[in-house]
Order: sequence, then C-alpha cells, then structure tokens
Amino acid sequence: MNAKLLATTASLAILVGAQAAQAEDLTLCWAAWDPANALIELSKEYEAESGNKMSFEFVPWTNFADRMLNELNSGGKLCDLMIGDSQWIGGAAENGQYVKLNDFFDANGISMDAFIPATVTGYSEWPKGTPNYWSLPAFGDVVGWTYRKDWFARPEIQAEFKEKYGRDLAVPATYAELMDIAQFFQGRDIDGKTVYGASIYTERGSEGITMGAMNTLYGFGFKYDNPDKPYDMEGFVNSESAVAGLEYYKALYDCCTPPGSSNSYMGEGVDAFKSGQVALQMNFAFTWPGFHTDANVGGDVTGYFANPAGPNGDKFAQLGGQGISVVAASDKQEAALTYIKWFAQPEVQAKWWKLGGYSALRAVVEDPGFATSQPYAQTFLDSMAIVKDFWAEPAYATLLQSSQKWLHDYVVAGNGTAKEALDGMMNDWKATFEEEGKYE
Amino acid sequence: MPDPLSKRAALATPPSLARKIRGLSDRTIAWIFIAPTIFLLLAVNIFPLIWTIRLSLTNFRTNRPNNAVEFVGIENYRKILTDSDTWTSLQATAHFLIWTIVLQVLIGFTLAYLINKKFRGNDMWTTLIVLPMMLSPAVVGNFWTFLYQPQIGLFNYFISFLTGTDPASFSMIGEVPLAPWAIVIVDTWMWTPFVMLICLAGLRSIPSSIYEAAECDRASKWRQFWTITLPMALPFLMLAVLFRGIENFKMFDLVVQLTGGGPGATTQLTSIDLKREAFEKWRTGYASAYAVILFVTVFGLASIYVKALNKVKDR
Repeated sequence: MNAKLLATTASLAILVGAQAAQAEDLTLCWAAWDPANALIELSKEYEAESGNKMSFEFVPWTNFADRMLNELNSGGKLCDLMIGDSQWIGGAAENGQYVKLNDFFDANGISMDAFIPATVTGYSEWPKGTPNYWSLPAFGDVVGWTYRKDWFARPEIQAEFKEKYGRDLAVPATYAELMDIAQFFQGRDIDGKTVYGASIYTERGSEGITMGAMNTLYGFGFKYDNPDKPYDMEGFVNSESAVAGLEYYKALYDCCTPPGSSNSYMGEGVDAFKSGQVALQMNFAFTWPGFHTDANVGGDVTGYFANPAGPNGDKFAQLGGQGISVVAASDKQEAALTYIKWFAQPEVQAKWWKLGGYSALRAVVEDPGFATSQPYAQTFLDSMAIVKDFWAEPAYATLLQSSQKWLHDYVVAGNGTAKEALDGMMNDWKATFEEEGKYE
Repeated sequence: MPDPLSKRAALATPPSLARKIRGLSDRTIAWIFIAPTIFLLLAVNIFPLIWTIRLSLTNFRTNRPNNAVEFVGIENYRKILTDSDTWTSLQATAHFLIWTIVLQVLIGFTLAYLINKKFRGNDMWTTLIVLPMMLSPAVVGNFWTFLYQPQIGLFNYFISFLTGTDPASFSMIGEVPLAPWAIVIVDTWMWTPFVMLICLAGLRSIPSSIYEAAECDRASKWRQFWTITLPMALPFLMLAVLFRGIENFKMFDLVVQLTGGGPGATTQLTSIDLKREAFEKWRTGYASAYAVILFVTVFGLASIYVKALNKVKDR
C-alpha cells in the first residue's frame, strides 16, 4: 500500500514538475518606442534561462492607452505581462485587471524599498501611500529638457544674450529665464537657418498637452487637491499661482514654438530637436539616449537639464514611466511571474540601464558611477527627485479627457482665459468624482 | 439538342432530397433562401441596435465591470442634449457637412460635365481625377498634415505664391479660424471624384436624341443645360448628396489624422466626440445614448431625403 502511495505521489510530482518546466509562450504588451527594443534584447537572457518564449505586442504611444485599456477592459488574453502607464494603476487594481503582487514579492524576497520611492508610489501602489503593490517599477521616466549646448557655447550668441539680458546664456534656473532663452532664439538665424525657441507638448488626442502643461504648472504652485481633504480642488487646481502657470505655458506656446506646433508630443519634439529647429526641448527622459547617439545632435551638441524653478522656487516635474504587471485574465500567470522575478534581479536591472532602459532600482541609480555613466544620468536623477503625477484614479481616463479639452482649448485654440480653463477643468473633475461617489 | 440545365440539375439531385424539396411550398423555399441573410442581419445589425438602446438607459461603464449597472431611464439622453459640448460638436459637424457637400457637388458636377465632352485624353484625365478616392483616408490625412505644415508644406507655399504671405505665418490645422476649412478642403479633394462619377453616370444616361430635338428647336446651350441636363441629372446628383451626407456625418478617420479634433474642440465632429466618450472615457451607457441620438438623426434626415429623391425621380 505504502509502495503504491509512494509511486502515485512520485508520478504526480513528476507530472507537476514537468508541467512547471513546460515552456510557455509569454506575450508582453508595451508601447512601441526605443526602450521596447532594448527590452527585446534584454529578454533574450530570460528566454535562455527559463526556456519560455517571449513575444511582444508594441503599440505606438498615441494609440497605446486606447488599445491596451480596451484589452484590459474586455478581459482579453493577448497580454500576459503589461507594462502599463502609471495612471492606469487605480483602475486596473480596482477592476481586478492586474494581479496583486504582495505575496509574490514576499515569497521571492523582492522589496519595494529597493526601488526609487517615487516610482513605487507612481507605478506600483494602489491606493496611493499604502503597501498594496500591483506592479514592479519597470521603467523610470520623467519630463525634463534638452538644449543645444553647442549654440549656447558660441561666443557671438553668448555676447548678444549677455548684452540683451545682462547675464550669461546658461541652463535656466527659473521658468522666467527659460522664457528669455526661448524668446532669444525664436526666429534667430543660425548657420543660415531660422531656428525657434522651444518645443513643448501641445498634443490634443491622447495626453500630450496635459503632460506638458502640468509639468510646468507644478512649479508655479498647482495642486490637484487639498492635501488635508482629498478631492477638494477649489483654490488648488484654480489657484492664482496655477493660473499664472497656465498663462506662462500659453505665452511660451505663443511666442516661442516652431510654426505648426499645435499638435506636438514626444515624436514631434524629437523631430524638432534632431532636425535643429529648436534651442530647447521639453520631453520625457526616455528620448535622451537617442539624442546622445544621434548623428546631428549627438555627443556634446546636446545638454540636459531638469525643470527649472517656478516663481516661488518650487521645482517639480511630471512623472512618466511604467511598472510591469501580470494581467489577471492571463492563463499563464505563473510563468509571467517568473519573468518579473528575473527582471527584478540587480544584475538584470544594471544591464537594463546599459541597454537604454531607465532602471528604477536604487542599487543601479545609487551606484557611485551611475551619475557619470551617461551625460544625461545626473539630470535623470535630479528630475526623478522632484516628480509629481496626474490622477491615477480609476476614472483617470475621464479626468484626462477633461484636462486635454480645457488645456488645448485655452493654450492652442486661444479660447477664454487661463482662469476659465482651470475652472472648467476643475468643474469637470468635480462632476467625475461626484459620479464616482467621492463626495459621499 | 442537349438537356436544359434545370433538367440536368433535377437528374443530379438525389431522389430522397428531390422528394423532400418537391414537398415544400414556394414560400418555404423562399424562406430557406433568405434565412441566412435575415439571420446575419439580425446578428450584426438588429441585435447590436437593440443592445445599444438597452445600454443607453443604464450607467454601464465597460472599464468598471465590478460596478453595479443601474437603470437610469432617459438621464443619459437628457445629459447629452443639455451638454454644450454636444452642440459644439454638432455645429462643427454641420459646418463640415454643408460645405463639403456644396463644394463636392459644384466641383464634381462641373468636372463630370467637362469629362462628358469628347476630347483627347479624356480617359487619362478621368483616371487621374479619381485617384484621390482610391487612397486610404488615414493615408490622406497623414500626408495632408505634411502639406499643411507651415515650414515645409506645399499648401502653405502655394498660398504664399498666390497671396505673398509668409508660408510660416499661418497653420491650417493649428488655428481656430482655419482648421474647419482645412478638413473641408481635404475631404473635398478626396471625395469630389466620387460625386463626379455619379454625375457622369447621370449625364451619360441622357439620350442624345433629346439634345438633337432641342437643337432642332434652336434651344441655346444654356437653355439645354437648365431644361434638359440639370433636371435629368438631378436624381443622380441627389443620390451623390445622400451618399456623401451619410458618409460625412460619420466622418472620423480623416479628421482624427489631420487635427485630432483640435485646436481645442474646433474640429471635434460628433463621431470623434462619440469615440472619446465610448473608448477614452469609457462611459458606455452615455455613449450608447449618444449613438442612438445620432442614428435617429441620420435615419430621420435620410428618410425625408429619400422621399424627396423619389419625388424628383417620378417627376
């Protein structure tokens, strides 16, 4: 009897073991951009180690949210792993679209303390500020600036700037200085070509103008709500300082962007900078490695700086980036978790940074050699230290649509005043939160 | 003489099946033939319509599967009809609809009238003119954004050549006064050939004997145009207006590629607004009500129009 039981148990163990070892075909969904190519390269090691095969579904940024939220909402099984935008975390957690990872992290010794705190809050936690984790920080990103270091260094340009503004032409310390520089370069002839001041985000269709305007408004004093009373927005969203910030953003758009910049986002910004059209460019940090190696603006031609300070000395930047999650509808959750376990390893994270992925692991970014490892590494660290993020509520998509409409209507279309735009946006947000039952 | 086809088919049919079919009435056989079509129609048209109407009376959101779905009556309809954004979108749609139809009919009919004349290279010109409508709207939208680009766009340079203004001084798709016209121009460029083809069919259907009789009566060309050409081509023209009207009421891809609905909401047509409600804000119930309103509007207007068209045809 005992021998029979032993044989049965052994057979079962072999069967279970064989199933566990069975190679899976995992699909990872993300945006179609340079870091995604780096991830394909990085994942080859995982394939070799695990025997699992990785497939990738990459969607261009402008359609990324549409396509992937549709996938999550419909319970689709296309994606086993999702590197979703930070703002999706609330909806994905509350609607059971992501697998909660706390037990998995505990069982595998993965500590969230090992990651940059802002990325843990931004990409992994829901509700915010609580130790409930739905993703592993995968790609740290933040909005910052690039500038034409070579133009700034030209003696004749330096002299002219100093004569006009009474100070050296240098990386702007404040938004007022940034405006001066943008105005100075706007319409200027450099090497027989007309150049412009700055490329900023103005895109209407997805999230562009919200990311750009908020990135600036934070430094002026904009807050999403009362820190002591969540969802109480009156006097915070539409404060005088927030109005001043939005007026500044519109002034920057009106005075200093290249003609035809009414619908610019990441790609358009990259094009404007690489083609030598602009002196300054607002963009996410993920674009920086591409500039550094570019034939036209690579090497010492491009410099990088974090957001300058607002009128009161506040410095903040819009958080980008994403965490990697296991999709709850996937039939291959166990295999997907092995990918996350592999990805969390310090040596994999170090290689991720080398390949062009912005690791959020502190062991990588706090390494003494990190800040000097790339010319943009210090700016990335400086920027990640001052991040704020848009609403990550389950109703984020509705909130985003309201901000897109009001901000574009004021900044680009020139309708109404900054106060009216912020009031309108706030009232829409209030209505959304009322529908969500946040004021009950 | 070989057997007729029907006889051969009857001979080839197995006896048991033949007996069964012989026992069916004509009406039953007719139903058997149309049943697959009716089933498909019910599955892909009628059922979704009924489902949409049902959803329109609820607060359902696709992205909130765990929330209770509540019956809200006509609340969604009330909200839509009292929302200023809806009326802004309808205004933008009306501007787009009216001007594209006016321009396409005028230019399309003129082109058809000219192409209808026999001249050297007639076929080549017809082929060249219809080329734009063979392109994908997404492709057209994309390359017109380049044509409208203030710094490198050929359109701006063309306007600059005609007027002397700096090409970089205006942005067709970035300025509130110009953007509605920018989308009208592109749609007219793309779809005028379609109107032209329909009008051409109408013009070629007019018997030449009528013109010969008019010539005998010494009617002037102008008189022939107003009393023969236009009245006889009118049903075709009206058909073209119907097709373009329905198409442009639900215009989406071209405008999204060109302007994304901007600047602000200047070119946010109802279809774009609807898509944002349904698949960006995920307000499924609200969007369903919106879709029902648009469906009723198009269906109502089209029905009235078809009646008018039939009257013109009968005249």
